[in-house]
Amino acid sequence: MPAELKTWKELPLGGVVPGGTTPEINKTGSWRAERPIWHEDKCIQCLQCWLHCPDDSILTKQQKMVGIDYDHCKGCGVCAAICPKDAITMIPEREGQCGK
Amino acid sequence: MRKVMTGHKAVAEAMRQIEPDVVAVYPITPQSEIAEYYAEYVHDGIVHTELVPVESEHSAMSACIGAAAAGGRVMTATSSQGLALMVEMVYIAAGLRLPIVMALANRALSAPINIHCDHSDAYLTRDAGAFMIFAESAQEAYDYTLIAQKIAEHPKVRLPGIVNLDGFTLTHTADVVEPLEDEAAKKFVGDYQPFSPMLDVDRPSTWGAFAMPDYYFELKRAQQAGMEEVPAVFLHTQEAFAKVAARGYRGFFEGYRLKDAERALVLMGSTAGTAKVAVDELRARGEKVGLLKIWLWRPFPYREVAQALAHVNKVAVMDRALSFGAMGALYNDVCAALVHEKNKPALVNYIYGLGGRDVSTDHILHVFQDLKEAQPAHTLRFVGLRE
Repeated sequence: MPAELKTWKELPLGGVVPGGTTPEINKTGSWRAERPIWHEDKCIQCLQCWLHCPDDSILTKQQKMVGIDYDHCKGCGVCAAICPKDAITMIPEREGQCGK
Repeated sequence: MRKVMTGHKAVAEAMRQIEPDVVAVYPITPQSEIAEYYAEYVHDGIVHTELVPVESEHSAMSACIGAAAAGGRVMTATSSQGLALMVEMVYIAAGLRLPIVMALANRALSAPINIHCDHSDAYLTRDAGAFMIFAESAQEAYDYTLIAQKIAEHPKVRLPGIVNLDGFTLTHTADVVEPLEDEAAKKFVGDYQPFSPMLDVDRPSTWGAFAMPDYYFELKRAQQAGMEEVPAVFLHTQEAFAKVAARGYRGFFEGYRLKDAERALVLMGSTAGTAKVAVDELRARGEKVGLLKIWLWRPFPYREVAQALAHVNKVAVMDRALSFGAMGALYNDVCAALVHEKNKPALVNYIYGLGGRDVSTDHILHVFQDLKEAQPAHTLRFVGLRE
């Protein structure tokens, strides 16, 4: 077992997790079977993907879609389904580029 | 001031003095009057509690969990099937370390359906992670409701607590009770300091997070540590209570004429009153008999029970519930307590009073007589059953 895991004496009471710490530790992107690919040329910046993403994994800058947080995206495909312009498509994870 | 009141009223009075922020409760015989009294207090503006009339006991404990996680002081009450429906959430209250105190008006579990007293509902919740106290009288139910609230909220404990009182025998019977003055009761229980309340928007937190095999075990070990703190806090809280009440409790159980006893009973709840009369009767005839009445059942005081019983020749452990396919749960506890002792009494397990079957002094006298001859064996013996 990795050494950085805490002992039972170091855990918060009742397993209550301090705010904002969970996503830093849990890279849920490793759960993904399918990966969303963003095609910037087709994107009309309607932000429907950002609105519907259940994992806050649509990255934005100044209210514009700029990419996908692959550390946390679980590959549910909601963004691809909701996109009105097919600007997001799903590919098998094994065909994706490592870290991207 | 001494007053005449039912066990219901006694518990409701303690709750009125504690004045929790939220009470979420669903009616069930023989608990309902606790909720009814409390609803009157809320309606009449005597307490500033939010009373949540939920649609089931599962919802009652769910609402209690939400309110307690939000940072509130929370109480509830139930019985029998209600507890059976609630029990999933009792485990969660314990795992989240939420100090929710509940009165449990002990009643038999179905089937066959029955509304009268036994301890099968309490036994169902035995391993849920709540500390469990049994009352002999309405007075004890009142006192231990206040004491339980203080134990539950202790920073080292922070666990749900269940105060058991025998359905009908205690809940519906009027008895003399001497409550504390309101001010003294409120001062004894003190203010509640919530831990990491959900409604603290400046310090957000996640409650009820998922734990994988890498952390579940550690979190359960930490929960056990909370339970391990209960005995010391229990004794300390009893001491604090003795300073404000005219009566004092000392210890995890009451020993009645036990010190020089050759034969003794171990039991929980209102039958202790009947047993004391039987003990006195036999003592008057020169028989050295005694009683050990459990107050704190969970966590079980193994060492202290062993010390109190080591000198006794024969002990009858009386369970008011069947644990099907096993000996009575209290019997198993007492066996475990004594297993490492060099000198230990012979133990016999008696099952009694299921579904409200009356237990008279004659029944207890019979147990003491039967105990003389009974061979110690892992065989259940039944009291007051038509064989």
